[in-house]
Amino acid sequence: MSNNPEGNRRCGPGGRSAQGGSDPCRPPAARKAPATPGGGVHLEVPEHRPGGGERRERFITISDREIRGLYGPEEIRDLDPHRDLGVPGDYPYTRGVHPTMYRGRLWTMRQFAGFGTAEQSNARYKYLLSHGQTGLSVAFDFPTLLGYDSDHERSRGEVGRLGVAIDTLADMEVLFGGIPLDRVSTSMTINAPAAVIWAMYIAVAEKQGVPSEALTGTIQNDILKEYIAQKTFIFPPGPSMRLITDTFAYGSERVPKWNTISISGYHIREAGSTAAQELAFTLADGFEYVRAGIEAGLDVDAFAPRLSFFFNSHSDFFEEVAKFRAARRIWARGMRERFGAKNPRSWMLRFHTQTAGVSLTAQQPENNIVRTAYEALAAVLGGTQSLHTNSMDEALALPGEKAVKIALRTQQILAEETGVANTVDPLAGSYFVEYLTSQMEQEALAYFDRIEALGGVVPAIEKGFFQREIADAAYRYQRQVQSGELGVVGVNRYVEDEPSRVELLRISPEVERRQLDRLRDVKAKRDQGRVRAALEAVRSQARGTGNMMPVFLEAVKAYASLGEIIQVLREEFGEYREPAIF
Amino acid sequence: MDLVDRLLDGDRRALARAITLTENEDPLAGDLAAAVFPHTGRARTLGVTGPPGVGKSTVVDGLVHLERATGRRVGVVAVDPTSPFSGGAILGDRIRMRRGASDPGVFIRSLATRGHLGGLSWHTGSVVRLLDAAGFDTILIETVGAGQAEVEIMRYAVTTIVILVPGLGDEVQAIKAGILEIADILVVNKADREGADGLVRELEATLELGAGSAASWKPPVLKTVATADRGLDAVLAAAHDHYLYLESSGSLQARLERELNAEVRGLVRDLAGRAALDWARSAGAWDSALSEVLARRTDPRSAAAGLVTRFLGRVQRKSRP
Amino acid sequence: MSHAKVRVLVAKPGLDSHDRGAKVVARAYRDAGLEVVYTGLHQTPEEIAEAAVQEDVDVAALSILSGAHLTLVPEVVNRLRAKGADDVLILVGGIIPDEDVPALKEAGAAGVFGPGANLDEIVEFTLANLRRRGA
Repeated sequence: MSNNPEGNRRCGPGGRSAQGGSDPCRPPAARKAPATPGGGVHLEVPEHRPGGGERRERFITISDREIRGLYGPEEIRDLDPHRDLGVPGDYPYTRGVHPTMYRGRLWTMRQFAGFGTAEQSNARYKYLLSHGQTGLSVAFDFPTLLGYDSDHERSRGEVGRLGVAIDTLADMEVLFGGIPLDRVSTSMTINAPAAVIWAMYIAVAEKQGVPSEALTGTIQNDILKEYIAQKTFIFPPGPSMRLITDTFAYGSERVPKWNTISISGYHIREAGSTAAQELAFTLADGFEYVRAGIEAGLDVDAFAPRLSFFFNSHSDFFEEVAKFRAARRIWARGMRERFGAKNPRSWMLRFHTQTAGVSLTAQQPENNIVRTAYEALAAVLGGTQSLHTNSMDEALALPGEKAVKIALRTQQILAEETGVANTVDPLAGSYFVEYLTSQMEQEALAYFDRIEALGGVVPAIEKGFFQREIADAAYRYQRQVQSGELGVVGVNRYVEDEPSRVELLRISPEVERRQLDRLRDVKAKRDQGRVRAALEAVRSQARGTGNMMPVFLEAVKAYASLGEIIQVLREEFGEYREPAIF
Repeated sequence: MDLVDRLLDGDRRALARAITLTENEDPLAGDLAAAVFPHTGRARTLGVTGPPGVGKSTVVDGLVHLERATGRRVGVVAVDPTSPFSGGAILGDRIRMRRGASDPGVFIRSLATRGHLGGLSWHTGSVVRLLDAAGFDTILIETVGAGQAEVEIMRYAVTTIVILVPGLGDEVQAIKAGILEIADILVVNKADREGADGLVRELEATLELGAGSAASWKPPVLKTVATADRGLDAVLAAAHDHYLYLESSGSLQARLERELNAEVRGLVRDLAGRAALDWARSAGAWDSALSEVLARRTDPRSAAAGLVTRFLGRVQRKSRP
Repeated sequence: MSHAKVRVLVAKPGLDSHDRGAKVVARAYRDAGLEVVYTGLHQTPEEIAEAAVQEDVDVAALSILSGAHLTLVPEVVNRLRAKGADDVLILVGGIIPDEDVPALKEAGAAGVFGPGANLDEIVEFTLANLRRRGA
């Protein structure tokens, strides 16, 4: 028994196992669930240690935050409920942005989807809408995200694979065919080429007879987190920020109900950050966009109400709830006190949540349904405005239809059966949750100081600050899982020999060929003179300082391809390359 | 030697393998170096150094691109530090050197310092010769510079380009003095940032103070935005001017003689030392000398002198007819 | 060969930008005393094969999370072969369904590591399966 890495505490006198047959001194890593006679489920109940002994030396969250055994009034002595919590719907919005929250309106159930050709994605959207989904969410393939046409050399093998391929307006027309754009809200996960894709959406709506003023939805459009974590950047920060402030300006005038940016922590977290880093870096990005908008001459209250956020909901339940609550408070205070916003809508942090893709395991994939359910619960108790729940097979490949439906049903069960939507911010006042919320806020503010000391968000990116912080956290986490300090069921606990098999959605190579055919066809049939003129207009506008949106609109309507438009911008703006950070 | 023929013939795998043998101090490395030496001395060498984060790799990528446009073949040696803890290394310079990635006229090799403290690999000079023999016209040597360490780059590069950026702060102040002495060309990269003009003026003023005679080379201070390919043509032109200056002033030849002289001297020291050590160990003289030192009966220098004297006596006896 | 070091190219073929796994593995290799050449994102098979040749690596570890592995891995292998570098050990990591593993091995991958693969195992496997050196 001396080889038990948990030491004597677990196996010493007084230690007892709830299950006669199991060895309480088994090391935590790579425990196998023994096959129980009769095919029943093997139970392993953690033993309780009388006399104050504890199961472990340290109890930590997945972000390596140490958690104490008990929290009480002294931990929240400094908390002033009136000042720091307020009431839901009021500054500083710690308890939520609406007075009635889900009693008034449930969160939007928004499943990210898109794959293959525009036709296939269109069919998936109609399927989801007919099953009660209330908003569309578009995933684009990698070539589209990086501004390459499907016929580009680098696109080989990637066309339509992890999202829909969009080359020209013709693809967008098919993608939204038969879907009334004045009645759905559409979220598009697109960043570096966001302004051009948005122009395509506006152009499709126009063809449907829907004025841009009636459109609702979101473009992700968050380039800073691309430099920090997600890496689908094209241009250097300067011109990228200009494209973003152009969409702010255009949106506030012409598409007033559209969220022109979704400031995203999701990818920062997926890249391996801690919860506090996700919170701090995302809000730092958010404030940077506000500063850029003001510097571009916009009135803060003209665009700030259209800023929205996108967070990850990971597996450590309370840490996540605290993160969401802290985010609202920090944003409200920053917007009112630092940027002098007057409109309460500018103070409100509204956010979409996706459960953590990285928390899913390829092993025993059905367990992912349960993980996702807990993560979804954290998002709802944290007051999210909309939610994507991952499908169980996403660690393996693109989700199949059945898995997608279970994921959606998970949200519906949460809304209809658990009762968690009956009252607003039910965890408020918990010593632990309030303490953790304040801790999160403090840690974020400390990060803001460090970022400021480096000269701001963009210089910190160029110096690799965020990338290094995240890389360190990711490596530490991997090592903690490997040593067994952090448990992951099916990976280092309760491991089974037989890998489970899941039904996978396969993208046939046909997709790439059909997409190439359509692109060739569109390029052959369009008015070449109009395309050339439109691309030249893009070039000269890029050299000047005027808003890019009108020239993008003309170019997409002329059926200039995304790749052609982006290529002009690559030539004018240059390309960004990542600093080498490990 | 087949490997040498293939290398001289421009075979990239042979070149790559020859570099590995050299880095690994393989027994074959000496013969290899001897076989390629007659084919060296043709390439133009440019050193690129500066503090971390100034954009060295991006500048190198841009210079490679420009050189290729003139048809010259370009070799790059990029040196990164070895981890003192594990002996491993992560070499990330290729991330930014994208345009030459699949160009047959470009060859990029990443080296780890492997315990060499000077910011360069022990074998940088030998690797440069291999690239030279393989027919590369221009060889760029990129190294992390964070102090006096990069002074060593002058040994291998005819022209040394030092890169700085605005807003690096005190760290640069401290190393600037050393850096300015080795720079043949000073580049202020990221010149679209605030403070670039200030840094240029400051550098020019500092250079003015240390300026030598009217005939000597005055390092130009050039502004670049390497990410957008701005200003790099001027850097290359200045490197060309510097080369012509060295050539016409006779410094190039003098420099070459100085370096070869130093190399042969260093090798004599190294080889003679090794021979003496080998003899002392095999003859048992080593152990007894060392135990005398350990017992503090003899001081280290006297012990060494004694060994060398005995070794030389043995050599003389052997060489007598 | 006392100074020989195992050299590994960690490469990201294709357009997916998820480099978390690649970087974690690069660090694990470095911490095990290997020299890692990291290519950065969005490499074509030709660029990867060429980098493997120039850097004279013993191992090319390809990280692919886009699902394009069945297209990209065989292309990298073919290009390496065309350059005469068929002694490079090919490893593949990323989101790879079990049923694709045989095809990848057929194509020339010596090892395939899915999500949740153990870092120490990856390093051990790499060192145990080197195809050259020491010779």
